[in-house]
Amino acid sequence: MLQMVVCVKQVPDTAEVRINPRTNTLVRAGVPAILNPYDAHAVEAAVQLKEKYGGQVTALSMGPPQAEEVLRRALGMGADRAILLSDRAFAGSDTLATSYILAAAIRAIDRETPVDLVFCGKQAIDGDTAQVGPGIAARLGFTQLTYVMAIDGVDLEKRQIQVQRKLEDKREVIRGRLPALLTVVKDLNELRYASLPALIRAARATITTWSKDDLDLDPASIGLKGSPTSVRRIFAPPARPGGELIPGEPRQAAAILVAKLVQTKIIADK
Amino acid sequence: MAERFEVVVVGAGPAGLAAALTLARAGVEVIVFERGEHPGSKNVMGGVLYRHPTEAVVPGFYHQAPLERPVVEQRLWLLTGEAALTLGYKDMVFAGEPFNAFTVLRARFDRWLADQAVAAGALLINETVVEDLLWENERVVGVRTGREGGDVRAEVVVLAEGANSLLTQKAGLKPDGINTNQLAVAVKEIIALPREKIEDRFNLEEGQGCTIELLGEATKGMLGTAFIYTNKDSLSVGVGVLLASLVRRRLNPNDLLEHLKSHPMVRSLLAGGESKEYQGHLIPEGGYQAVPKLYGNGVLVVGDAAMLVNGVHREGSNLALTSGLLAARTILAAREKGDYSEANLAPYRRALEESFVLKDLKKYQGASFFFDQNPQFFTLYPGLLSRAAREFLTVDNVPKRAKQKRILREITAARSRFQIARDLYSLWRVMG
Amino acid sequence: MAGEPAPVSWELLGAGRQLAGALKVELAGVLLGQGVEGLANEAWAYGADRVYLVEDPVLGPYRTAPYARALVELVQRYRPEILLLGATSMGRDLSGAVATALGTGLTADCTALNIDPATRLLEQTRPAFGGNVMATILCQRHRPQMATVRPRVMPLPPRQEGRQGELVRVGIDLKEEEALATVLEVIEEKGKAVYLDRAEIVVAGGRGLGSRENLRLLEELAGVLGGTLGASRAAVEAGWLPPEYQVGQTGITVRPKVYFAIGISGAIQHLVGMQNADVIVAINKDPEAPIFKVATYGIVGDFLEVVPALTEEFRRQLAARST
Ligand SMILES: Cc1cc2nc3c(=O)[nH]c(=O)nc-3n(C[C@H](O)[C@H](O)[C@H](O)COP(=O)(O)OP(=O)(O)OC[C@H]3O[C@@H](n4cnc5c(N)ncnc54)[C@H](O)[C@@H]3O)c2cc1C
Ligand SMILES: Cc1cc2nc3c(=O)[nH]c(=O)nc-3n(C[C@H](O)[C@H](O)[C@H](O)COP(=O)(O)OP(=O)(O)OC[C@H]3O[C@@H](n4cnc5c(N)ncnc54)[C@H](O)[C@@H]3O)c2cc1C
Ligand SMILES: Nc1ncnc2c1ncn2[C@@H]1O[C@H](COP(=O)(O)O)[C@@H](O)[C@H]1O
Repeated sequence: MLQMVVCVKQVPDTAEVRINPRTNTLVRAGVPAILNPYDAHAVEAAVQLKEKYGGQVTALSMGPPQAEEVLRRALGMGADRAILLSDRAFAGSDTLATSYILAAAIRAIDRETPVDLVFCGKQAIDGDTAQVGPGIAARLGFTQLTYVMAIDGVDLEKRQIQVQRKLEDKREVIRGRLPALLTVVKDLNELRYASLPALIRAARATITTWSKDDLDLDPASIGLKGSPTSVRRIFAPPARPGGELIPGEPRQAAAILVAKLVQTKIIADK
Repeated sequence: MAERFEVVVVGAGPAGLAAALTLARAGVEVIVFERGEHPGSKNVMGGVLYRHPTEAVVPGFYHQAPLERPVVEQRLWLLTGEAALTLGYKDMVFAGEPFNAFTVLRARFDRWLADQAVAAGALLINETVVEDLLWENERVVGVRTGREGGDVRAEVVVLAEGANSLLTQKAGLKPDGINTNQLAVAVKEIIALPREKIEDRFNLEEGQGCTIELLGEATKGMLGTAFIYTNKDSLSVGVGVLLASLVRRRLNPNDLLEHLKSHPMVRSLLAGGESKEYQGHLIPEGGYQAVPKLYGNGVLVVGDAAMLVNGVHREGSNLALTSGLLAARTILAAREKGDYSEANLAPYRRALEESFVLKDLKKYQGASFFFDQNPQFFTLYPGLLSRAAREFLTVDNVPKRAKQKRILREITAARSRFQIARDLYSLWRVMG
Repeated sequence: MAGEPAPVSWELLGAGRQLAGALKVELAGVLLGQGVEGLANEAWAYGADRVYLVEDPVLGPYRTAPYARALVELVQRYRPEILLLGATSMGRDLSGAVATALGTGLTADCTALNIDPATRLLEQTRPAFGGNVMATILCQRHRPQMATVRPRVMPLPPRQEGRQGELVRVGIDLKEEEALATVLEVIEEKGKAVYLDRAEIVVAGGRGLGSRENLRLLEELAGVLGGTLGASRAAVEAGWLPPEYQVGQTGITVRPKVYFAIGISGAIQHLVGMQNADVIVAINKDPEAPIFKVATYGIVGDFLEVVPALTEEFRRQLAARST
């Protein structure tokens, strides 16, 4: 039996986010919100472990009431219950405050039944920070296993998990003690196509909402106040100045270009 | 052990959502299936959403719904190669409550409408295709979806699947196959443009919108129209023509859209815009005669699937919403009696006959056939009118009376006075 | 750290030198590991004034817990203003744990670092929302100001052979049981892109190639120049090149001397991965393609004609020079 928590975040589909160049503000209106793609793989991983070893999967999200939607998605994929952490006081949290709040919620779950595994995505595609997972692990004192691309197995007796981590140009096989926090990459698994009964159950489920008063929190550590970083400004990526177009037929243009590159020794003989 | 609901709605477009919302509010257990990622994600509509029929479904919707711009001006352009004869009506009354119409992006609007239905208690299941109907004793008793464990049983199934109405065919309400004379093909592109540019180019006050319908060269003279609608920070540009004429002319709709976009008068409106998305879709434009059987034992059909589109006025969503609403009311009445057989669903057709939906379709029932048989309205007249206008407006020291004579000569050379008189009379018969 | 240090470490020293100069403070490097003392020379050569060295058998293979503990203790003892780490998998794994333990702010994956002279604050600039947006982030009241820095974005500083600095050996009481994890095996991934991020010449192709077969033309060009192939996401998604070759926001950042963008439109997510190239050459048949806005040199034309012509010209002109 494994008691598992999966942290899922609702993110804007970043393919559609733009900057308004005049006001330098994010144009987010109408940008669809989705389940952070890495988090979907985290849910899948937890559900697969539940199927293998038994246990329970809780999906946990911090966000506005609309974040319910990604929790339902997790339920449709097989999570057993969903908890939404939603409170105005959470707004403006950076990764430090976010991991503080999520860790507090996991502690509350842990008090009901001790938690063995926490799953996060490798990173959230809006902020791309990859910091919340390690932050939660650090606060809970859990074994931190990031960039997990394969779960070889769990030894419930010895309270160990063996995973493979995906690093730049190598793969690492590592065994860690439970409780552990895993952040996962997409290679870990294929997402399932949910069954209709699961989707109907998810659509019907009531989602537990916890506000700041339901958790043991220091008000100075949450929201804007609890966030050491602040955004000074956002802007459209600066364009690198363009250069010259080389005219002419392909052969002519090629000759001119090559001459430029070779003469200026930008490309020299090897 | 299939899941059970009182009503299954197939398709989360305006028709299906209007039905689901109305039913859910009355406490009916209703489930809506949508094959797209979200309601609206597969939708192509231009589009103009009309206030009145929408309010019948969600009163005061314009206070919360994601709308683009209230339409204060409607323009009609008769296009020729380089020119356009334009006609317009602008009315500032339309800029404020209670409004007349709005431009919308359906991907946003449908999602919002679906949220209302869900809040009222409907269950919405996205990314799920209804593949077939379940039958028992010649009545529809549910649907089969493409997912594992995918059967759902229901007392009534509402088919709101849009123009590509395969299930309506399977239900035996509509003949199989595609009738190219009853379907138009439309393609649409959304072109991003900064707000201020839109307001400058279209001469609009901040936040207000306009629509342009284009005829003539806009469709290479084929039966159909093109449109340009102003959204908040994008334009919806599209062309729709009868499938039969496309096939006859061996053209593809993408070429038509490119042709339209490259017209000098259109090009300048779009200049500097960034193409955001491109989609094609069918519009059922068979009119009154093509409306299928609208109900059977345990099944009703609404919206585009029921061919409820007014091709002449480019209306569809309003007929869809209204038919969804009327279907829901019919179901509620049948529910009182606890019997969803054909006889108890028949009042749906009568309700449509009494509403503007079938009245309007009846009024224009001859239009599509008429224009198809009389292509001169789309090929010859726009050019003649435009040349006449050019002649008349060119200042070149020719006396005006002489100009008028020359214009008349040119027109009557192309089509005799008798023919023109006959055209005008029959046009009045069909449209009046 | 175990094995070879990531080259970004030296890039960080280059960036750190500038920041330290602006603040008029010292620049220190941190060496954690077992048998890594020799690397101190490298750190000095790339600009460190001082090196803090923690050597311990527990720090042999990288594991989060002992590394984090060691770094947290160093920070608490020596109280730096700014702490920079490379935004590699390991760097990001470590920085998240360390920042949390220190209760300070952390900015991930920075592409520019500056000191605001008025406030002496570190301005940390990074892409967000899939590269569509840049954000400048401050950490006003907490210390250290922590950032991870994207590899290949900061230039590698010149190596000053023989430059010496101070070595501070620090003993930290680490226990194997507290490591929480054991590395059983490290498997080198074969067939990886040959260090695309370190290539001096990258010949990259996009959807415009049209087919895998056409890749041959790029291989020939790369062959003549001793360059490495790269790809846009579209080309990777088409299956023409494996994911390791993808340049951009969700791929690798490159900083070559010359970057050839062939049949690549120049989407912002691609640009963020290559716009630090010294020279960008764009070949595209669409004169409106955004890639031309950033290209040093552009040729409008069909790559099927342009690329073979280029290959031949390079072959001819390079041969002419070397004789
Ligand atoms: C280019 C264009 C411009 C238009 N402009 C206007 C305009 O300006 N104003 C206006 O009023 N009307 C306009 N229309 C018409 C309008 O779009 C339609 O009349 C209206 O959308 C019909 O609503 P509906 O609910 O019947 O169908 P749809 O909106 O088509 O909805 C049907 C839904 O059912 C889903 N579905 C289909 N089959 C299945 C299945 N088997 N299982 C599950 N889900 C399924 C589809 O994904 C879709 O979401 C336009 C149409 C087009 C194409
Ligand atoms: C969150 C996110 C992350 C992303 N990350 C990355 C990333 O890391 N890297 C990346 O590359 N993309 C990334 N993308 C995708 C990116 O937005 C673009 O879709 C992609 O870069 C386009 O690739 P392309 O330029 O090869 O293709 P296209 O945009 O289709 O361009 C093909 C070009 O080839 C030209 N062409 C066609 N035929 C010829 C010919 N015969 N001769 C010459 N030119 C020709 C065309 O004119 C066109 O300009 C990401 C997108 C998102 C949303
Ligand atoms: N608000 C949140 N609610 C739940 N999980 C989150 C939240 N923010 C981040 N996470 C988790 O932390 C991972 C990394 O996020 P980030 O550090 O923001 O890149 C995500 O993939 C999620 O699993």
